[in-house]
Amino acid sequence: MSAFLKNIMAGKKVVIGMSGGVDSSVAAALLKDKGYDVVGLTMRLWDGEMRDGCLSEGTCCSLSAVEDARYVCYKLGIEHHVMDFRADFEKYVIDYFVDEYKNGRTPNPCIACNKFLKFDAMLKKAELLGADYVATGHYAKIEFDEKSGRYLLKCAEALGKDQTYALYSLTQEQLSKTLMPLGELGGKEETRKIAEERDLVTAKKPDSMEICFVPDNDYAGFIERRTGEETIPGDFVDENGNVLGKHKGIIHYTVGQRKGLGVTFGKPMFVLKIDVEKNQVVLGEKGTEFSSELMAEKLNFIPFDCLDEPIRVIAKVRYSAKPALATVIPVEENKARVIFDEPQRAITPGQAVVFYETQGDHVVGGGIITGEK
Amino acid sequence: METKRIYVDHAATTPMRREVLDAMIPYFTENFGNASTVYQEGRTAKKAVSEARDAVAKAIGANTDEIFFTGSGTEADNWAIRGVAYANKAKGNHIITSAVEHHAVLHTCQALEKEGFRVTYLPVDEFGMISPEDVKNAICDETILVTIMTANNEIGTIMPIEEIGKITREKGVVFHTDAVQAMGMMEIDVEKMGVDLLSMTGHKFYGPKGSGALYIRKGVKVKPFITGGAQEKNKRAGTENVASIVGLAKAISLATAERCEKVPALEKMRDKFIDRVLEEIPYTRLNGHRTKRLAGNANISFEFIEGESLLLMLDMQGISASSGSACTSGSLDPSHVLLAIGLKHEVAHGSLRVSFGESNTMDDVDRIVDSLKNIVSRLREMSPLYEAVKNK
Repeated sequence: MSAFLKNIMAGKKVVIGMSGGVDSSVAAALLKDKGYDVVGLTMRLWDGEMRDGCLSEGTCCSLSAVEDARYVCYKLGIEHHVMDFRADFEKYVIDYFVDEYKNGRTPNPCIACNKFLKFDAMLKKAELLGADYVATGHYAKIEFDEKSGRYLLKCAEALGKDQTYALYSLTQEQLSKTLMPLGELGGKEETRKIAEERDLVTAKKPDSMEICFVPDNDYAGFIERRTGEETIPGDFVDENGNVLGKHKGIIHYTVGQRKGLGVTFGKPMFVLKIDVEKNQVVLGEKGTEFSSELMAEKLNFIPFDCLDEPIRVIAKVRYSAKPALATVIPVEENKARVIFDEPQRAITPGQAVVFYETQGDHVVGGGIITGEK
Repeated sequence: METKRIYVDHAATTPMRREVLDAMIPYFTENFGNASTVYQEGRTAKKAVSEARDAVAKAIGANTDEIFFTGSGTEADNWAIRGVAYANKAKGNHIITSAVEHHAVLHTCQALEKEGFRVTYLPVDEFGMISPEDVKNAICDETILVTIMTANNEIGTIMPIEEIGKITREKGVVFHTDAVQAMGMMEIDVEKMGVDLLSMTGHKFYGPKGSGALYIRKGVKVKPFITGGAQEKNKRAGTENVASIVGLAKAISLATAERCEKVPALEKMRDKFIDRVLEEIPYTRLNGHRTKRLAGNANISFEFIEGESLLLMLDMQGISASSGSACTSGSLDPSHVLLAIGLKHEVAHGSLRVSFGESNTMDDVDRIVDSLKNIVSRLREMSPLYEAVKNK
């Protein structure tokens, strides 16, 4: 970092969300190196559930995670705050998560958390602290494009860690005030190496894989405890409505699921659809779980405000999906039909479809997959 | 430009006075002896502890042998409640307390419930005041302990301790009071109050943290809480923390001697603060009693505002205040005290406790109110709820 750049950054205040993990720890260190006035903020999102008289703590909001974040801040010589976002988290993430499953859809809580918590509620708190920016430990890049006068979202240098899928909903306002220093890094190994060099306590913490508020991964059990309702068993049916067997209740299933159906059929069967009204889970044979089209709603676009004519994109129908060529056709206010060149496996209502440039690695936008055909 | 910081969270803790520190220092270094030993160093330490015990007793109208030193106010509360409960198990299993006690009392009572004791949590009125009549009606043959705080730590309400003391005396029930917040702020006389046990801690009256004392009236049966050596007449084991004990005693002596002169100044600051806020900032309410409240305490709810943001912005303007009681995890649950006086969750969330102390001046009051006016209006601008009310 040149003295010149340091001067530009001097006095620019950035509030970084620190979960107590290695990514946000290193992101804070990198920002400090760049000369920013960095303040660490740990969001208290969720208390964990009381089960059998003991607290089952989530991985990211536990008191030990708060302590880890605090130690990292001490080590880096930056201020640290803990703030309460539990009410917003419950409303925008937990309630949404439960409702989506009850409506036969498969939610993506990380997208909701980014949209309503990290880049909205946290941004507002950061502004109260007099900050110019918020920052996170996401692997993604944000660039300002002089030509269009817009902020663009770009895939991380380390494509294997890229997290743009969960960030497609950011608005121009949010992008203009956000820094993601890990976007430039070569990957998790580099992140861990930096953390070790700095002797940060979080250097060797394992990656979190599961949903942070369901540490045992039993999301159906979580929903049952939360709603106090047992799910009602119903029928597995084929596409013609013929009963194939009994299911445990619709929240236990997700479109595309093959394993764990609890019944064997003598051949691989996939969940094609969840019919809430009839309390049925529709199954199909291998091959039928592919489809070429979907409808998306609640669209957000990054290089422009709205889509007026069809465009060609590379689209992803889930975080881990292989990117595939598709055409996005605007149909009505904030809705679009997406037609893939090749059929896609297990297009799941409730998940996001995210669009990327066909040439290059910028995010075009995305939306939520509806159940409509 | 760095402006002078204004500390108005004396209910959380106070800075230690220079005289207190000076009194303590020799007992860290040259007079380091273990007070339980027979040789000269030990005797010097023992003498200091005895004199301290005497000073504390004098400050609260007790006898010297009725004072027991502890490691904190919380420990004193725990010991008083568990000690009386366990010692009187054969007599009964019922305990009476209030809904607005400090967690040191409430959580101890809750733990005892799990052990088979029955606890009555008496409600309070809109000012946070407990009714002596309720205490009287709650007492039954099984009742072994009444524990009611002298004054509330969040909203400053001073409880009718003397009246309750008369009732418990008449019924023959042991009466404990957590006087942690009241000590130094008002007259504390165990005879007048009619209490059998009383808890205090030094750091609320310009003494050291980690110091506490429990008054136990002679004849009241209390089971030891910390077992080990024979310290504190076999009732509270652990090598005497001599410096801390000396500090607590010095602080209580100073506080008692200067109370009549200093408390009126605190009341003036408190009243000016309350008057200005209620008059100049709309949608506010005072929590607690207008007159029967601790000298330095003001607790105000600002509608349409989160306490957390309010504290943050006050901090940025150099003002240290609190939104309830201090909490280690940094979380801000709606206060059980504010809920008990009938506040809705969202109003309880927007509450501010300001507790004045020795270093504050009338100018500080003005600066805090001026800052509050700006901050409150800025935060309300961001609140959709306030927007809706304004447009009505």
